[in-house]
Amino acid sequence: MANEQDFPVIFELSKEGRKGYHLPGLDVDDVNLDEEFQKQYIRQEDPDLPEVSELQIMRHYTALSKRNHGVDSGFYPLGSCTMKYNPKMNEDVARLPGLSSIHPYQPESSVQGAMALMYDLQTSLSHITGMDYVTLQSAAGAQGEWTGLMMIRAFHEANGDYQRTKVIVPDSAHGTNPASATVAGFEAVTVKSNDQGLVDLDDLKRVVDEHTAALMLTNPNTLGLFEKDIIEMAEIVHGAGGRLYYDGANLNAIMGYTRPVDMGFDVVHLNLHKTFTGPHGGGGPGSGPVGVTNELAPFLPKPLIAKADNDQYFFDYDRPHSIGRIKPYYGNFGINVRAYTYIRSMGPDGLKQVSESAVLNANYMMRRLSEEFELPYDQHCKHEFVLSGKNQKKMGVRTLDMAKRLLDFGYHPPTIYFPLNVEEALMVEPTETEAKETLDEFVDAMNQISKEAHEDPETVQEAPHTTVVDRMDETTAARKPILRYYRD
Amino acid sequence: MQHRYIPMTDEDRQAMLKTIGVSSSDELFADIPEPVRFTGELNIKPAKSEFELKKEMAGLAEQNSHTQSHTSFLGAGVYEHYIPSIVDHVISRSEFYTAYTPYQPEISQGELQAIFEFQTMICEMTGMEVANSSMYDGGTALAEAVNLSAGQTKKKKVIVSKAIHPESLDVIYTYAKGFNLDIVEIDHQNGLTDLDQLKAELDDDTASVVMQYPNFFGQVEPLEDVQSLVSEQQKTMMIVSSNPLALGYLTPPGEFGADIVVGDAQVFGIPTQFGGPHCGYFATTKKLMRKVPGRLVGQTSDDEGRRGFVLTLQAREQHIRRDKATSNICSNQALNALASSVAMSALGKQGVREMAELNMKKARYAKKAFENAGFDTLYDGPFFNEFIVKLNKPVHELNEALLEEGFIGGYDLGRDDQQYDHHMLVAVTEVRSKEEIDQFVSKVGELNG
Repeated sequence: MANEQDFPVIFELSKEGRKGYHLPGLDVDDVNLDEEFQKQYIRQEDPDLPEVSELQIMRHYTALSKRNHGVDSGFYPLGSCTMKYNPKMNEDVARLPGLSSIHPYQPESSVQGAMALMYDLQTSLSHITGMDYVTLQSAAGAQGEWTGLMMIRAFHEANGDYQRTKVIVPDSAHGTNPASATVAGFEAVTVKSNDQGLVDLDDLKRVVDEHTAALMLTNPNTLGLFEKDIIEMAEIVHGAGGRLYYDGANLNAIMGYTRPVDMGFDVVHLNLHKTFTGPHGGGGPGSGPVGVTNELAPFLPKPLIAKADNDQYFFDYDRPHSIGRIKPYYGNFGINVRAYTYIRSMGPDGLKQVSESAVLNANYMMRRLSEEFELPYDQHCKHEFVLSGKNQKKMGVRTLDMAKRLLDFGYHPPTIYFPLNVEEALMVEPTETEAKETLDEFVDAMNQISKEAHEDPETVQEAPHTTVVDRMDETTAARKPILRYYRD
Repeated sequence: MQHRYIPMTDEDRQAMLKTIGVSSSDELFADIPEPVRFTGELNIKPAKSEFELKKEMAGLAEQNSHTQSHTSFLGAGVYEHYIPSIVDHVISRSEFYTAYTPYQPEISQGELQAIFEFQTMICEMTGMEVANSSMYDGGTALAEAVNLSAGQTKKKKVIVSKAIHPESLDVIYTYAKGFNLDIVEIDHQNGLTDLDQLKAELDDDTASVVMQYPNFFGQVEPLEDVQSLVSEQQKTMMIVSSNPLALGYLTPPGEFGADIVVGDAQVFGIPTQFGGPHCGYFATTKKLMRKVPGRLVGQTSDDEGRRGFVLTLQAREQHIRRDKATSNICSNQALNALASSVAMSALGKQGVREMAELNMKKARYAKKAFENAGFDTLYDGPFFNEFIVKLNKPVHELNEALLEEGFIGGYDLGRDDQQYDHHMLVAVTEVRSKEEIDQFVSKVGELNG
């Protein structure tokens, strides 16, 4: 039951008989549908959806939006998520009727514009990564990982290498890496990081063997550090017959400076909702295209967009070695349109500038913040860096507390407690779209919080103080789950 | 050149380099070993100004036939429906679309509550107890349901009706490969799944039976009969894929004892956009609550006792379980779930039934109109908003000709199954008028020869 102080859920605004819609009329002969069906197939109790007016809906969701923080609301340095500005032009383009109101089964002749866009996007992503082929089908990064691993599996099986059942994943990797390996039918094997925060080459040699299907790697890694031993790593893995998988989560750091193909990778997925500004949407939809080198191309999912001799685009289903279909239709086209618009807005120089500025912003912040916060790996970072809240923890203030305190300053906090190999981790990614003034203000806020941790720890421990709700009781939420609204 | 998305000026750059203690940004990239550096220029098109690029994109868009230039009778899993204007106004609030996954509940109550409301609405539509925050689409949601059933029952055999969407069937095969599942297909007769064959295949090794309701041909499968067969096996689960709009009229699968109900909420407020992004949903029983893939939002309160919402039961998910996770899903379709919530809120209790019935009545009018014009139609059983028309020539030929006449014709069933060569699956939704239907029937008649 709702208390007076509770913000209402939309069901609590409902009143019988109210309407928020106006459907087209019935202009054909009326028929008695109920005569056609056996009674047990006719719904007896209507779904209990809210009955509300249009203005009530608009006010409700506008109020909800005000209880939410987006990139347009304020700085959002959430490490590994690349919370950059989402250009408004992309939103306008994606809403053009010729792109938003087309059906996947229309004759190919009637969607040549859309297919040209997809083909050009595929080609652009090929050049950015150096891969020979790209598919746009994967809905998100995790699906891209799984798609890539399924291709690697098909490749090994085509060679008769059925014993290659293991995928190596660094201990600092994002959780989707080992999960994708499992879902693709592999066993995930962890390789340790060394004291520089990089993959330990000796440990890699230890875990690589004739069972190795692939090594999954993010480069720069989740600490924001470039795996400078990448050449040796590629040699070790390739030497044992394995393949190299590039998790493109951190591509924002390297565009125009190096390409996954240059580093020796065989398969790449990209997160178009990170590097290429498809908005995050509060958790999705994303888009996770996958690129491969020629040797893996036969295994790409179906269909692939191709260009015929007469310059007409078509969907190529004639791919006998394909891993099959991974998703209905052709991927999250609407997100791909936004990414394409972004790439065309930036051009080759612009994309390189993106990476340069992202890295410069991160290093600047890291240097300034390292005066007050422990920097576990003291070297130049790429587009993000990881601090430790160890110093403040001594005062009884945890990283979680500092993150909550940042809310009072109008910021979304950095990613916390990830990667797992840093104690009290704070992972900061400013992105290139933030101005120096914003970075300076954030550093000032962080320094003040650190000061508070020493002088007035309670203020931090009890934060946030200014948000619409305080810290939530997550334990009860998990112990006694309430996952839907029930009327009294 | 100073780009409008990058605020760093030369002055900023110099000041920042100084603080870092390097003389140029190249030093920050010095850890990239020489042999792997890319020294060329990326071979992509040069940057275009905002105005010029918009013009170019509009030109590309205009090359496509779409539902504002043509009258469409194409469905087969993706439908043109009434989308209230408020839907786009809500999802265009940048507090929603520029936010990440709501990991900080204090500043994400808007998104969290919107998802909680979506979960509730999906439970209401499907008659299930629990729904998640969304999946990529109906096809992958179904494939994940299959994998869940195998994990839960520890059985490898999955029986799938061939009357489900052919692309969903394809996706099931691809997903099932990771867990080495054995997929058994059941034929259809007269547009419905062959229950005798289903009965013969069902055994103690069966993890689940997969049905679509209404099925790919628009026919309403007798779920009650299916359930009575499935329930003869102690553990076997019934998985149903449903167009949620149809459930405005049809008894929801939950009332027939479905264990998992999935589908796509595209019908509620989401444009067709060439097949994606749409919005998969995943609904199940309380018993399976801790096995659900993807994110779940739960209600709780803060220390002042104020109601609020958080992501919950995260121990199921990849970021906690890593290689023990049963699904790797991370990003979902949150913004589209919001769009569907707004559309479902607008339609409300009465509107979903009214809209479902409008679809059914207009589709029946169209079917009869084809029959009156001398066409054979399939099938005779109860259906939702799609039916099959038999033509004298290949559907794709006719569809090319229809485009010239301002129509987007129906789905070519021959592309999946030769026995359906010359068979067009026609979808009629509430947005089609009598006049449009009459014109379409008459034009198909003319072109059919």
